Amino acid sequence: MQLLEFARGPALAFSVAVFVLGLAWRLYGIFARPRRADYSLARRTDTAAGGVRAIFRKMAPPAGVKIRGAQMLNAYAYHIGLALVAFGFAPHIGFIARHLGFGWRPLPDAVTYVATAVAIIGLTVALVVRLTDGVLRLLSNFDDYFSWFVTMAPLVTGMALIERPYFPPPAVAPALPTTPALLAIHLLSLELLLVWLPFGKLAHAALVFVSRWRTGADFTRKGAAV
Amino acid sequence: MNELDFDSPRFTIKKPAVRYDKQGDAPDAERAQRAIDAFMRDMTRSAATYMESCIHCGHCAEACHFYVTSGDPQFTPIWKLEPFKQAYKREAGPFAWIFKKLNLKKPVDAAELRQWQELLYDSCTMCGRCTLACPMGIDIAGLVAQARHGMFAAGLVPHELWAVGERAAREGSPLGATPKVLKERIEWLADEHEVEIALDRPQADVLVTLSSIEIMKYPDSLVALARILNRLGASWTLRSDGYEATNFGLFSGNLDWQREMSLRVIRAAIACGAKTLVLPECGHAYGAMRWQGANLYGKPLPFEVMHISEFLAAAAREGRLKLRPMQGSVTFHDPCQVSRRGGATSAPREILNSLKADLREMPLAGDANWCCGGGGGVVTLHRADEHRHRAFEIKMKQVEAAGAERLATSCSNCRLTFDDGQAHYKWGRRMESLLELVAEHLAPG
Repeated sequence: MQLLEFARGPALAFSVAVFVLGLAWRLYGIFARPRRADYSLARRTDTAAGGVRAIFRKMAPPAGVKIRGAQMLNAYAYHIGLALVAFGFAPHIGFIARHLGFGWRPLPDAVTYVATAVAIIGLTVALVVRLTDGVLRLLSNFDDYFSWFVTMAPLVTGMALIERPYFPPPAVAPALPTTPALLAIHLLSLELLLVWLPFGKLAHAALVFVSRWRTGADFTRKGAAV
Repeated sequence: MNELDFDSPRFTIKKPAVRYDKQGDAPDAERAQRAIDAFMRDMTRSAATYMESCIHCGHCAEACHFYVTSGDPQFTPIWKLEPFKQAYKREAGPFAWIFKKLNLKKPVDAAELRQWQELLYDSCTMCGRCTLACPMGIDIAGLVAQARHGMFAAGLVPHELWAVGERAAREGSPLGATPKVLKERIEWLADEHEVEIALDRPQADVLVTLSSIEIMKYPDSLVALARILNRLGASWTLRSDGYEATNFGLFSGNLDWQREMSLRVIRAAIACGAKTLVLPECGHAYGAMRWQGANLYGKPLPFEVMHISEFLAAAAREGRLKLRPMQGSVTFHDPCQVSRRGGATSAPREILNSLKADLREMPLAGDANWCCGGGGGVVTLHRADEHRHRAFEIKMKQVEAAGAERLATSCSNCRLTFDDGQAHYKWGRRMESLLELVAEHLAPG
C-alpha cells in the first residue's frame, strides 16, 4: 500500500474514529458527573440565556480586568487564520465534500495563503511567549508543547504542498500535487492532530462552549459578574 | 559540606518563613489520599468541566492582586490548583485510566500539598477576579474552595485558620463572641447609646445576624443596625442561638463546620418565624448563606436571605427609609462576595444615591473591583501579612485615584483589612461602614 493510500484510507478512518469517540468520551466524562440541585432562591431565572451570553461575551476581552493584550490579539489572529485556512481553502472544502457530501464556496486562494502565514507566525509567536514568559512556562507541560506541534504541523506540511510560487499569491489553487508523498505527509499530520485533540488542551475547541455556558448559567442565576 | 546556617544574624540572608502547618499525626500517604478523596467527593459536573478546560493561557495571573504585586508566577490563580488538577487527571478524569496506567500524571503526595498550602490559603482570597479574566470562564475561586476541602481533610490547614474555625464550631463564634458575651455587649451598648436592641424575641419578621468582627471590634455597627431597624418599625430580633454569620468552616475547608454554622442560623430563623434573614456587613457570610445555605439545609429556605445593604436598599426604594443628605464625597469599596460573586453590586449604590452622596467611584469599581486582600481568611493569617500588605498597595492607589473624602464598604472583614493596611502604611485614610453611614444620616423621625 502506498503511503498516500494509507493516509487516505485506514489512517484517516482511524483518526476520525479516535477524534469522534475520544471527544465524545471526554464530554461524557463531564456530563456523567452529578449535578447537585441548587436550592438557593435564584436572583434571575434566564440561566440558559446567560450561558449563551457568556459564550459570546467571553470572546471579547473582559471589561475592567487587565489581560495580556498582545497575547490575546495574537490568539485572535492565529485562531482566525486557522479557521480560514481549514474551512476556506478550496482543496480542503473539496476534501470535506468528498467525504461528507456537502461543501461551500471557498475563499480566494490569496486570502487563505495570507491566513496560513498569519497562523504560522502567530503560533510561532505563541510558542516563543510560552517559552519566555514566567507564568506560561510554569503552567506549561507536555500537552502545551505537543498540542502546539500537532497544530503547526498541518500548516507547514500544507504550505509545502503548494508547488508554484505563492508570493505574490496565485489566483487559483494548485491542482493535485505531483508529489503524493507530500500530500500523504500533510494528511498524516492532520490525522495526528485529530488523534491528539480529544486528549489534550486542543479539546477546548469543544470545551469552550461547555465551560463558558456552565459559568454563564450559574453566575446569571446569582446575578453575578461573568 | 556544612549546611547553610540561617539562624546567625546576617544582613543578606532572610530565613525562609515556615509556610505550612499541619493538624493531627496521620502519615503522609494517608494525608494525600484524604485530600484527594475529599476533593473528588465534590467533583460535580461544573467542577469537572472546569478541571478539563484550562488552556494554560495565564490571563488569570493579571487579575490576581497577589501575582500583580509580586510578579511571582506561583501566584497565578490556576497554578494554585495544580496538585488537584494532577489528581483529577490521574484519578477521576475521563482518561484517568490512561494517565494512571502509563503514569503520565504522578500521584500527588503530602509534600506537594504542604507546599501548596501557602498558595491555597495565604495567597488566595477567593475573590473571583480571575474568573472574569478567564477566557474559558473557569470558576477558579470555586475550585480553590473545593481544594480547601481536600486540604482540611488532609490536616494541612494554616493553624490560625484551623483554630478560629474550631473555636467557632465549639463556642459559636471565632473571636470569642459567645452568647454570654453577646448578651453583655448588647446590654452595655443599649445602655451606653440609649437604644433598644432586640434579643431573643420569640417571634419576629426579621432575624438579624452579625459578624464577630462587628461584635468585638466594631460594636457601633450593632447600634447603627438597631437604630435603623427601630426607625423602620421592623419586627426584628437577634437570637443568641443563631447570631454568628461569619463562617470559618467555609474559610478553612471543613464542610461539616460550615454546615453546622449555617444550620444554627437557619434553625434560629425558623424558630422565630422570620420572613427575612438579614446578613451582616460581611462578604463571605453572604456567599455562605445566600448561595450555599439552602444547599446545606437540603431544601429551599422558608425565608428570604438578604445582605444588609440589599435590605436597606429595598427599604430606601420603598420609601420606608428616610435619610438626610450626606455632606462631602465618598467612594465605595465593593466586597467581592457581595458584589462580583454575589450579584448585589447595585444595592450599596442605591443606598448612596438615597443619601444623595457625591459618590466618586474608584477606577474598576463594581464587579471588577480589586479585593482588599484580606478575604477568604487571609486576614487571619499573620504569616500572610507580607502578601496581604503588598496586595493592599493596589487598594490604596485605587482609593487615592477616586479622590473622595470618605471611604465606605459593607464588609467588616474588608474594613478590618483596611484598618490593618492603614496602620501598616501609616496611611491617612479610614474605612467606614455603609451601615453606620446610613444610621448617621437617618432623617429626624
